[in-house]
Amino acid sequence: MLLRHTTKEIKERKSLTVNPAKTCQPIGAMYAALGIHGCLPHSHGSQGCCAYHRSTLTRHYREPVMAATSSFTEGASVFGGQANLVQAIDNIFTTYDPDLIAVHTTCLSETIGDDVNQIVNKAKKDGKIPEGKYVIHASTPSYVGSHVTGFANMAKSMALQFAKKSGTSNGKFNIVPGFVEPSDMAAIKEMVKTLGISPIMFPDTSNILNGPLTGKYTMYPKGGVSIEELKSTADSIGSIGLGPLASADAVRALDSQFKVPCQVLDLPIGLLATDRFIDALRSAAGVSVPDSITRERGRLLDVISDMHHHLYGKRVALAGDPDQLIPLTEFLMTLGMKPVHIVTGTPGKAFAKRIKEITARLGDEVKVKGPGDMYTLHQWIKNEPVDLLIANTYGKYIARDDDIPYVRFGFPILDRIGHTYFPTVGYRGGIRLLEQILNALMDRMDRDAPEEKFELVM
Amino acid sequence: MSSISVLKAREKQIFTKGEEAPFEMSCDTKSLAGAVSQRACVFCGSRVVLYPIADALHLIHGPIGCASYTWDIRGALSSGPQLHRMSFSTDLSETDIIYGGEQKLQQALLELIDQYTPKAAFIYCTCIVGIIGDDVDAVCRQVEEETGIPVIPVHSEGFKGTKKDGYRAACDALFNLIRRNPAPAPLPRSINILGEFNIGGETWIIKKYYEAMGINVVSVITGDGRVDEVMQAGNAALNVVQCSGSVTHLAQKMEEEYGIPFIRVSYFGIEDTSDALYRVAEFFKDSPRIMEKTRDLVKNEVNKVIPYLETVKKDLEGKKAALYVGGAFKAFSLIKALKTIGMEVILAGSQTGTREDYEILKEMCNQGTVILDDANPLELAKYVMEKDADLFIGGVKERPIAYKLGIGFCDHNHERKIPLVGFEGMENFAREVHETVTSPVWDLVPRRAAKKSSPPAGKEKAYDTP
Ligand code: SF4
Ligand code: SF4
Repeated sequence: MLLRHTTKEIKERKSLTVNPAKTCQPIGAMYAALGIHGCLPHSHGSQGCCAYHRSTLTRHYREPVMAATSSFTEGASVFGGQANLVQAIDNIFTTYDPDLIAVHTTCLSETIGDDVNQIVNKAKKDGKIPEGKYVIHASTPSYVGSHVTGFANMAKSMALQFAKKSGTSNGKFNIVPGFVEPSDMAAIKEMVKTLGISPIMFPDTSNILNGPLTGKYTMYPKGGVSIEELKSTADSIGSIGLGPLASADAVRALDSQFKVPCQVLDLPIGLLATDRFIDALRSAAGVSVPDSITRERGRLLDVISDMHHHLYGKRVALAGDPDQLIPLTEFLMTLGMKPVHIVTGTPGKAFAKRIKEITARLGDEVKVKGPGDMYTLHQWIKNEPVDLLIANTYGKYIARDDDIPYVRFGFPILDRIGHTYFPTVGYRGGIRLLEQILNALMDRMDRDAPEEKFELVM
Repeated sequence: MSSISVLKAREKQIFTKGEEAPFEMSCDTKSLAGAVSQRACVFCGSRVVLYPIADALHLIHGPIGCASYTWDIRGALSSGPQLHRMSFSTDLSETDIIYGGEQKLQQALLELIDQYTPKAAFIYCTCIVGIIGDDVDAVCRQVEEETGIPVIPVHSEGFKGTKKDGYRAACDALFNLIRRNPAPAPLPRSINILGEFNIGGETWIIKKYYEAMGINVVSVITGDGRVDEVMQAGNAALNVVQCSGSVTHLAQKMEEEYGIPFIRVSYFGIEDTSDALYRVAEFFKDSPRIMEKTRDLVKNEVNKVIPYLETVKKDLEGKKAALYVGGAFKAFSLIKALKTIGMEVILAGSQTGTREDYEILKEMCNQGTVILDDANPLELAKYVMEKDADLFIGGVKERPIAYKLGIGFCDHNHERKIPLVGFEGMENFAREVHETVTSPVWDLVPRRAAKKSSPPAGKEKAYDTP
């Protein structure tokens, strides 16, 4: 009963976050940077942040996560971190030999006002960046936004700091996949390819954070977007950013700087959002949808119809990142379920508005908060119970205390596996999500069924 | 992989026993900028020490990350209240950074104290708070006056040093509590257990031993901790210090202020556990019954575990282990415990060892053992491969590295679920090591599999294995 401390009575809290539903910017930037081949992320700040970000990513992906730190000391925080960063760049290239270093800031270096751009230029001038090697950077103060914002900032830097127009089209499409699992990134890439389009996807953490056991330790696993590809993003036919919060900045920057036309779509989670993604690809590339994809869609629809009576009218509580929650909420509506309590930790007004639109049919039954925290969500549930909870690992406390069927979804997931291998995007991903939801609901039915109603066929 | 160069500035932090170079371990230094260090920050140090006090409020003053990452991460069990497992943060935003966060802190504290009526409150200052210059002490004083409970600032700004400095800040906070006891008077046959955090229920095991010996445990700092108990700590006759890295500072302060002597012990492994209990019994030699009871206890407990240890030893004899732990003190016990089950240590590293620690470590290790301070993952991987280790003992960030290399792993840090202390802890440790080292999965790892000669074609040798 961890959350015996949750009271039913709801008071407005202004100065306090209890049981957060978000983490901070640098971890998102670190995750994004890992999706470039040969890249070592670098945290410009004190050691602690970097250690925490690495531990959390390590726990979620169960893979080694490398990142260096500027190791700020009291001196650095008074006189600025320039010396630390220049020395760090030098040390990193000699010891760890990456192709590039992706620097992100932390609260500390942001607050003391380090100008990373200028420091990197100095390092270059001082000859600390070897020929053919690169340093990119993103500003990620964690008292603004959340881990999603950090991902967005790094994704934007990735494109802008490499892209160069050559004048000849590369015939490709830029895809920014959003803050999703490595498995999702692989699935998105596959969908794009199935439509006959060749993608430049950045970042791409598949094969990096879900790699095979080889018996060897490689600091830079085979995977990720290459620097060559990043340079070439300016020559692409178009860009699609999936998930407005995580991906819009990157594709819009390429649009305004290099006239690469962009679209920003929801993450392809669930039937309708995947439809929109496929359709956008189809019309942008002027191709027709291959049978294999149509068949997959049909399968998802088939499963929904087979199982709809188990889903209908079930009340669901959700916590997670805005980009995921929006299409997820829409998917639940498609399934006939009622997403009634929805919380994200990431600030932003657009979120609540979108959710209200999607759930308009349910009217006032729906409560939504962004930024909110898990404590608020729990209080809502205590007042108006739900049949299912979908949230990251921290949801398990609520699920246990209030005995609610529960599906793990989002970031971080620290106590289960599967997320890094089985995508939830696309039609196939939809089937997996549906399976998880059904398992949770039907296991509960079985558990609670009285003897005479315990049935073989459900 | 073979050509990993070691940074020049790190050369003095790596040493191989038996090599010509004079042993001059440089440690206790700041990690080099640009290092992929496994170390954390001051805040982390304070947080882990104070965390298990279950009826106190732990409020993290700073931006959200510092709170998110430390939410219920430590598995420190409580037999009663669970308030310590909640995550409370002032979640500083941009405007707070500009205008200061004092007001927000005060309001948050008042709200929380009103809602949860905790016995005391700890306010952790993170990096940003140090930079924007909030007067946290003043806020604490004010709230304390208003609410009547101890409201204690923990000066743990991350950049102000290493995790060790965080331990110190935590000790200061603890002492702040202890000092509130108006008339400390030593109780007979009584001890405080210091530096024991009840990971997986370890505190309960140790307490049980002392109870059987006829010794009164006044407080455990901080495993399964309660504010009132900590405040009684000044009444004990002896401080028994386990995780010395973290709480020696407190023991020293209590010695100065209250004249309470302390001893450093370890409860890991049969040898060290018995030694710890005997030394405490020895301290109370005025009560001879204590020594008698201790002898009985040790004899009984050892007899219980030995048969099992003998069986695993058969499988583990001669296998090699690599250690990378927080404090070096832990490494000493681990080396002895591994020896008990027949294993040899080929790499021993620590995040926060002192010079003396490394001297001792050197004495304990075999020729050829690599000893390192504040290592990075590349170095760890390099030596594990070179020395062909069968087991890695470390923390969260080392686990996937060990697995990628295709060797067993045992967590000796944050993510333990099963207690390792005392006699039953030794049995748990042996079982865990045995399970991971002899797991069939490692034979399937390409590196190892290639070494084993494949069975001749046509013969079904591969199916013969029992
Ligand atoms: S901000 Fe400072 S206190 Fe917080 S985790 Fe980072 S180094 Fe530690
Ligand atoms: S919130 Fe800021 S200080 Fe805390 S871990 Fe994140 S970056 Fe570091």
